[in-house]
Amino acid sequence: MEEQFVAKLSEFKEGDRRIVFLKNLEIGVFRQDGQFYAYSNSCLHQGGPACEGLIIAKVEERILADQTSRGLYFSDKILNFVCPWHGYEYDMRTGECVANRRLKLKKYDVVQKGDDVFVVG
Amino acid sequence: MDLIADRGRRVPVEELNTTQLLAHAAQQARQRKYDDMVIVDVDAHHYETEHYSEILPFMENEVLKQLATGGGGVGRRGVVPQSVGYQDMGGRVTRYPLRGSEKTGPGAHRDVQLGYRWMDAMGVDYSCLFPTGMLSIGLHPQSEMEVELCWAYNRWVTEKVLPEGNGRFYSMLTLPFSDADACLRQVETFGDRKGVTGFMVTTVRNTPVHDNAYMKVYRAIEERGLALAFHAGPNWGEPIFKTCNRFLAVHALGFSWYNILHLTNWVVNGLGERFPKLPVIWIESGLAWIPFLMQRLDHEYMLRTSECPTLKKKPSDYMRDMYYSSQPMEVQDMGALETTFRMINAETQLLYSSDYPHWDFDLPSAIYDLPFVSEKAKHNILGGTASRLFKLPPRNERQKANLVKFGNLAA
Repeated sequence: MEEQFVAKLSEFKEGDRRIVFLKNLEIGVFRQDGQFYAYSNSCLHQGGPACEGLIIAKVEERILADQTSRGLYFSDKILNFVCPWHGYEYDMRTGECVANRRLKLKKYDVVQKGDDVFVVG
Repeated sequence: MDLIADRGRRVPVEELNTTQLLAHAAQQARQRKYDDMVIVDVDAHHYETEHYSEILPFMENEVLKQLATGGGGVGRRGVVPQSVGYQDMGGRVTRYPLRGSEKTGPGAHRDVQLGYRWMDAMGVDYSCLFPTGMLSIGLHPQSEMEVELCWAYNRWVTEKVLPEGNGRFYSMLTLPFSDADACLRQVETFGDRKGVTGFMVTTVRNTPVHDNAYMKVYRAIEERGLALAFHAGPNWGEPIFKTCNRFLAVHALGFSWYNILHLTNWVVNGLGERFPKLPVIWIESGLAWIPFLMQRLDHEYMLRTSECPTLKKKPSDYMRDMYYSSQPMEVQDMGALETTFRMINAETQLLYSSDYPHWDFDLPSAIYDLPFVSEKAKHNILGGTASRLFKLPPRNERQKANLVKFGNLAA
């Protein structure tokens, strides 16, 4: 396993992201809600830069007990990142494709050493 | 600059750079050695809506031109009908909101420079350039304005855009289909211009393609050795689609529906018999609808043959005589896709298309990576068949050798 420096912790702000290269891998590293997440930057659809698009809350639908719909709303809990090529959405916490959770982006570990953030792959 | 995400949250993004956005496409092109094969994109787009100040002066009728331009630009958004839609998915497909931020340099027309960027990244040698906003021209309530706008666009694209493309762009020009006489005039005027390989009917319209008035138009296109394309689109304003509450439904159904409708009328009226040498191309409906329609029309034809006395074979046989653009290719059920390829004789009838820069574009790898397609079929679909159809020359010796190998060298 190799480590690749991502950024100084003090410079890697909440909500920010970095794209780093480790061997022949391209990895997107996010800092979101105090956590670091790192995924392959290759969309499972057609290979787009999956980690380089919009970060947006998951859209949910409010269905009442009588099965009537009360419309769409943004989730307060689940954040997705979106491949900018075609809109494939991925769960920030897991890298799962929201439309089919059996599909997952490869996930990488992120480690902190002092003020330095590294991705491991 | 910022994009707006949920609840107004701003997400900083860099300005658009198509070459950078498509860097992974360029990697694919290098890995697959696309340089060795001619790749023709039979359906790519530019945003002519951003160049009305260049296009509208080509209108002929002074009164209509004044109507279109006199508002100083304020009213120009209303010149071509636009249906409601969210192609950009609320900015998730970032090239939509960022489009205006992309910088181009002096020299060739901006649309040519942008076209080169995505073509070079994808490994595409030639692109058939279609408009974007004009795809809804069939909804225009004024026939005379449709005629004027098509005329102006066709003059502009053949005089100002295609000539700057160094031969890598061609087009099938938009016909003002509400007026058959005007269609004929435009075929006669523009049909012999450089870079014109055919004419295109925007199929978001309620016009019978089998009307006798069009026979002279089809004949004129056929006589010139050009192609006739039907380009689909969505229309949330169509009465039946007003039941839909999601753009996904309007888009999924609309793009297939209009081509299903017009192709059905084309086939059952025997236009394949009447214009046997006219290449007909059905564009941007995906492929999944074709097996359905073949089965459906063949079934009805066997029972109601008397309604289609001009036909000498089954509807599906006429459908197999025609061409189909590949995008947006439905790949979720690979077995169904393989069956579709068999049913349409994809090796000779399927033409790769990207639809770039629109939201659901396909890269050449969508075809190249299919596990069930032969080497010959890959070459044909990605560009060999189109090279032969549109007489597009190879751009290097390896491409020439492959065109010769698969019988596609025509220019």
